[in-house]
Amino acid sequence: MLKRVLLIAIAVLPALALTALPAAAQEGEIALLHAGTDIRDVQSLQRGARNFMNYCSGCHSLTYLRYNRMAADLHLPDKELAGLMLTSDNAFDGINSSMPPADAAQWFGKQPPDLSLTARNRGVDYIYSFLKGFYVDSTRIWGVNNLYLPSAAMPDVLADRQGLQKPVFRNESDPNGGAHMVLVGVEPMSAGALSPQEYDVLVRDIANFLDYASEPVKAKRESLGVFVMLYLLVGFVLTYLLKKEYWKDVH
Amino acid sequence: MAAAPESGAGTKGLIGWIDRRFPLTVLWRTQVAEYYAPKNFNFWYYFGSLAMLVLVNQLVTGIFLTMNYKPSSAEAFASVEYIMRDVNWGWLIRYLHSTGASAFFIVVYLHMFRSLLYGSHRKPRELLWIFGCLLFLGLMAEGFLGYVLPWGNMSYWGAQVIVSLFGSLPVIGGGLVDWIRGDYVIADATLNRFFALHVAAVPLALVFLMIAHLMALHEVGSNNPDGIEIKNHKDPQGIPLDGIPFHPYYTVKDLMGVMFFLLLFCAVIFFAPAFGGLFLEAPNFEPANPLQTPPHIAPVWYFTPFYAMLRAVPSFAGTQVWGVLVMGASVMILFFVPWLDRSPVASIRYRGPIYKFMLGMFVLAFITLGVCGLRPPSGIYPLLAKICTVLYFAFFLLMPWYTRFDRVKPVPERVT
Repeated sequence: MLKRVLLIAIAVLPALALTALPAAAQEGEIALLHAGTDIRDVQSLQRGARNFMNYCSGCHSLTYLRYNRMAADLHLPDKELAGLMLTSDNAFDGINSSMPPADAAQWFGKQPPDLSLTARNRGVDYIYSFLKGFYVDSTRIWGVNNLYLPSAAMPDVLADRQGLQKPVFRNESDPNGGAHMVLVGVEPMSAGALSPQEYDVLVRDIANFLDYASEPVKAKRESLGVFVMLYLLVGFVLTYLLKKEYWKDVH
Repeated sequence: MAAAPESGAGTKGLIGWIDRRFPLTVLWRTQVAEYYAPKNFNFWYYFGSLAMLVLVNQLVTGIFLTMNYKPSSAEAFASVEYIMRDVNWGWLIRYLHSTGASAFFIVVYLHMFRSLLYGSHRKPRELLWIFGCLLFLGLMAEGFLGYVLPWGNMSYWGAQVIVSLFGSLPVIGGGLVDWIRGDYVIADATLNRFFALHVAAVPLALVFLMIAHLMALHEVGSNNPDGIEIKNHKDPQGIPLDGIPFHPYYTVKDLMGVMFFLLLFCAVIFFAPAFGGLFLEAPNFEPANPLQTPPHIAPVWYFTPFYAMLRAVPSFAGTQVWGVLVMGASVMILFFVPWLDRSPVASIRYRGPIYKFMLGMFVLAFITLGVCGLRPPSGIYPLLAKICTVLYFAFFLLMPWYTRFDRVKPVPERVT
């Protein structure tokens, strides 16, 4: 039986390894930065919630996250919550953006997306990278473009925090002898109100908060899971002993 | 008039009252307590009872999901998030259901593989195998229909791709597609009928087929890893010498199997419910958007081997229908396995090297097809998929020859 299990493992593992190849590592795409967030870090989530309400909620909604759910999960006192409720008087409401959708579509060409599930859709690393990926590009309507979302319609809202960045190009030769420039990264152009370290914390907290918002139950799910595993382990041992006892007389 | 006829069970009290009206004790004895199963079941024999467990899990969690799910294109996506966030334990019910779908296919694939190992499809179990194939077909339909319900962008585009396959059929194609969708695109009407089929029609068929599958099994008796009939050697009471009562021996053994399965199942549910994007795909966390396709459309992992075969066949004579036919044939061919297998022995233990090689190659081809179906059709994958499609069909179509000419070992009289 052990031989069979090993055989399955040998057959299935290469397949898993193949499928586990990161989807982002396709050619022409720039590798994402590692966010290094932790949804159990409640202080980071609290800062992230404040940052989100201050910098993001003007345009972006978190429709599926209710204010009172956020307050309960993040241990926010009533007074603190009241300060964060910029878009509603009712704590049972979802977090909507302050901007009327019709106006938004007219101002930005499209309605800024709801961010409730962005961390599950595109990943927390993407959010972190995106917020560090703006660079000056005079051909764009807001004067900036983004390394991780080419032709982004979003202005660089955090420019005064981070400072401006400029693109870094590399010359590459074509197979037919010509040369062209390839965007490979960004570098600082001017200083912002925050140091690079402070800015990383700001952005990481937002990414962490959006990770929480994409699945509020995640931390509870994982901590509960440990007990479920222990329970089933005990159950397995007991049923194994029961089976052994019954099967003693089978030869 | 004489007294009411005594039941065959000869029981008294409440059970006796029931037994005189319904064969409760008789059923319990013939189907469970005195159903004699071979004593040499191994690892591969857990997956039948596990498939039943997962079916029950899908039915029960499905019922609770329907209490809060809204089958309308305007509300479906939000109602799933409502279940995940606002319904008490809704997230657990939903993950049990979504992980259960993948677990169902894992368990069923291993269950079917067991049959190819030990010849469980062979005479007198052909009808048992056919019920099993019908169950697999029903399961595929159920999986596809259910995948559309969350109304994420991958749900939408996956449905678009799969439903439009029917459009490649000559003459009736166009009308058939409109008839399936109930609209000219995948739309609210489609979602509504898929919901009806997913929660009522197909589960009902699955339950009836499962009962037929079990009845056929208990009529002919279980096969075993030696592939020999335990009914050929009975004691004077008519009990197979190598048989043991299903209860308590296999009930306690399967209970242990269930616990081990639940350990793995719950590990996924509590620690990796999306399972790296294989069980819940990332693009499906975005609502259906008819104007924007996901960067790469792939079906859920359990359909990818068949999807890869569909893509592997080039268009010919101006139509894509050949790929659709090949994909259909890849499932339909399973029904014929009992008659394709001409080996004088049932179990792989006594079969020769050719069958072992062919089966190993088949498994490898199937898994490789699965990987190809997940990847965009570029680089090495199209070629790999073509080769593996040929190997997949070679395993079945050449079976009448290689099983007959293969060297076989002598089969023992009694199980080992």
